[in-house]
Formats: sequence, structure tokens, C-alpha cells
Amino acid sequence: MASFHQQLQDSLPDLWRYAFALTRDRVRADDLVQDCAERALRKRALWLPGRPLKPWLMKMLLNILRNDHARAAGRTMVAFEDELAEARPLIDTEGRLELAATMRALERLPREQREALLLVTVGGLDYGDAAEALGIPAGTLMSRLSRARARLRKWREEGQQPSVRSIS
Amino acid sequence: MSNDPRTDKIEEATLHAYVDGQLSPKERARVEAWLAEHPEDGARVREWRHQNAALEALFATSEAERRVAGMARPQTGAPGRPLWGGAMRLAAALVLVAIGIGGGWLTRGIMAPDRGAVAEILVNEAMNAHLIYTPEVLHPVEVAASNEDHLISWLSKRLGASLVAPDLSADGFSLIGGRLLPADDGPAAQFMYENEAGSRLTVYVRVGTPGTLAAFRFETRGDVGGVYWQDERLRYAVIGSLPRAELSSIATEIYRQMI
Repeated sequence: MASFHQQLQDSLPDLWRYAFALTRDRVRADDLVQDCAERALRKRALWLPGRPLKPWLMKMLLNILRNDHARAAGRTMVAFEDELAEARPLIDTEGRLELAATMRALERLPREQREALLLVTVGGLDYGDAAEALGIPAGTLMSRLSRARARLRKWREEGQQPSVRSIS
Repeated sequence: MSNDPRTDKIEEATLHAYVDGQLSPKERARVEAWLAEHPEDGARVREWRHQNAALEALFATSEAERRVAGMARPQTGAPGRPLWGGAMRLAAALVLVAIGIGGGWLTRGIMAPDRGAVAEILVNEAMNAHLIYTPEVLHPVEVAASNEDHLISWLSKRLGASLVAPDLSADGFSLIGGRLLPADDGPAAQFMYENEAGSRLTVYVRVGTPGTLAAFRFETRGDVGGVYWQDERLRYAVIGSLPRAELSSIATEIYRQMI
């Protein structure tokens, strides 16, 4: 098992991606990851060597985010399309529309499902670690994942029928 | 149990694990054989893969790597935006690590004198509250654990901090409930726990002064022992008639849950 510092370093990109995916705010994701890293350094003595650090960091990130939630209520969100243009300037129009639709669909998901889906995909945790980080049983994680994916699929299929819902 | 991949049903959870790359090569092969025979599952798996690819494109690793570059290597003086808010903050964090919260007890001598007084006050408050309320048979708590959500939201509101009642079931203690108490300059919360033998334990929480972190201290009064500490926002005390090692392990568990 890699050292504490090495694991912290290695976990930062996925922590940032998860923070960004949950907040869609780059500066806030920076702050969250920084808080998380500082907190991990302070509480290092509680980390059990031999256990992976990343799930512990993800759990901290979620806790920080939840505690910040009330304070951040008035925060302005950047429009999806601006964000997308900045993130992926090379993607063609059709691809960008699809990504914009995915972003909107993520926003429509219930928070628990969004947190679970993003933790195993963007956050890169295996199911056992993800369940632990979210503080839920493995079966609950799987059912959230299943419902999230089923909804995304349903919305995408609806989006492909212009009479039902326009994606433009 | 048969081993025919076409008849052994593949559960949905296994399909998710397949898409998320969490299966061994052998399991993967079994799923692939199943998918070849079950086009509706094949379509689901394709759709999920498509979703994963869209998420990967939206939240790209390459961008994340740029954003966090230098964040955990403050000692090298990373160029650009000062992400760490100055060397002092980090130095403070590292000093705490060096003191080693898990490795030993912070003695009074290391603490500033006024902080010693703060600890003294906390000790008194928490011990007194423990000694007064744990012998109560009829009214040990104001709000019972059966109403935990209400208890937590009420106490969180009064203390102005988001509290949780620590889960001490691994140590054999279950929550009875809690109450609001007057502390020397504001409100405090007390959570009470009981084990199967009827022994009671209290967790005392109040808002602390920001920036006065303190590692664990241990005190006894007769057969009652207490462990005290302060994190970024709150001061805690765990009080019970338990051996020091047991109390310390419970305190560590609470500290862990409060991350």
C-alpha cells in the first residue's frame, strides 16, 4: 500500500472530478479539494495504514459539501453551455448537445442517485468503497446506481423524440 | 449449480459491475457469453457504457490533473494561485499531525494556558452533566432516540452547527437520546448511550473557539473517566465509567465519525 502522501496525491484528480461533477463549479471544486486535503492532513492519525485512503477522502468531501450546502444556497450557477464550451472546445455540435443533455439529466436525478452514480464512475471507487464512503449498505448503492442509470436512459430516449422533449 | 453461461442467470448488479470494470476476467467472459444470448441486456449495457463515456467527457481527468497540480505538495512552493492559503495554515496542520492525535496524549504543558482553562471548564460541564443525568431512571433524556431525527435537528439548530449522534453500536452502546444544556457561555448538547449491562455513557458537545484545536486529554473523577478534544468547530467530551483504553477507543471512533 502506497504512503499516505502518495495516496493523497494520487486521489486528488478524482476528488476534483467528483467535486466538480457534484457542484459544476470549478472554483468551488478547487476549494473543496483543498479543504479535503487539509482536513486529511490534520486527521491523518485516524487513517488506518493498510486501508485505502481514497474512500476516506471521498467521504470527507461529501461531508464538507453537505455542511457547506446551506451557505452555498445563494450561489450562482454557470450556464451549462458555457461550461461545456470551456471544457470541451473540440467536441462537435451534436456531441455537445448530447453532453448538455447528460448534464441536465444529472441535475434532474435525486441527490442520492447522483452522488452514487458519480462516485463509482467519475470518482472511480469500487462498489464496496463507494458504499462505505456514502455510509450506505452495498445493496442500497446498487439500487441507487440501477435507478440512476435507468432514468438517464429513459430521459435520453425521450429526448430523441422531438415531439416529446426538445434538446435544443 | 450448472456452469452453462447461457442458462446461469446474470443479475443486474453483475451487469453494472461489468460496465464499471469491477469484474475478474473470468466473470467478464461469463457476462459476455450471456450478453451474446440476451440482446435486451446487451442494449442496457451499451446504453450504460454510453452514459459512462459521456460522464468521462464531461468531467475529464486531464482537466482535473491540471487543476490539482501542486495542491498536495505545498512544501515545493507550487507556482501560480496560492491554493494552500499560505504556509502558516499548512504548518499548523502539520504540527497537529506531528503531535500525533492517535499516537499519544497531548499534555497540558503543550497547550497554551488559556486553553488549559478552557479544557477545565469543559471537563467540569461535561462531568457534572454526566453525573446529574445518567442516574435518572424516568427522565434520563429530553428527547428519546426513537425520535432521533428531531433530536438531531433541534440540537443542531440550537448549537448552530450540524451535529450527528455518533453510532457506537460497534462498542456495544446504543443511543438513548439527548438533551440541551446550558454551558458557561452558550448551549451544549448531551447524547446518552447505554450498553446491555446498563452502563451509561455520555457524549457532550458544544461550540468551540475557532482555531483552537486540541488533541485528546484524559481525566478521571472517582470511577468516572472522560476524554476531551476539540476539532475545527466543536468541543467534545466522552464520559463514562469505563477503563481508559475503552474510553479512548470510543473517543477515537467518535472523532472518526465526525470527519
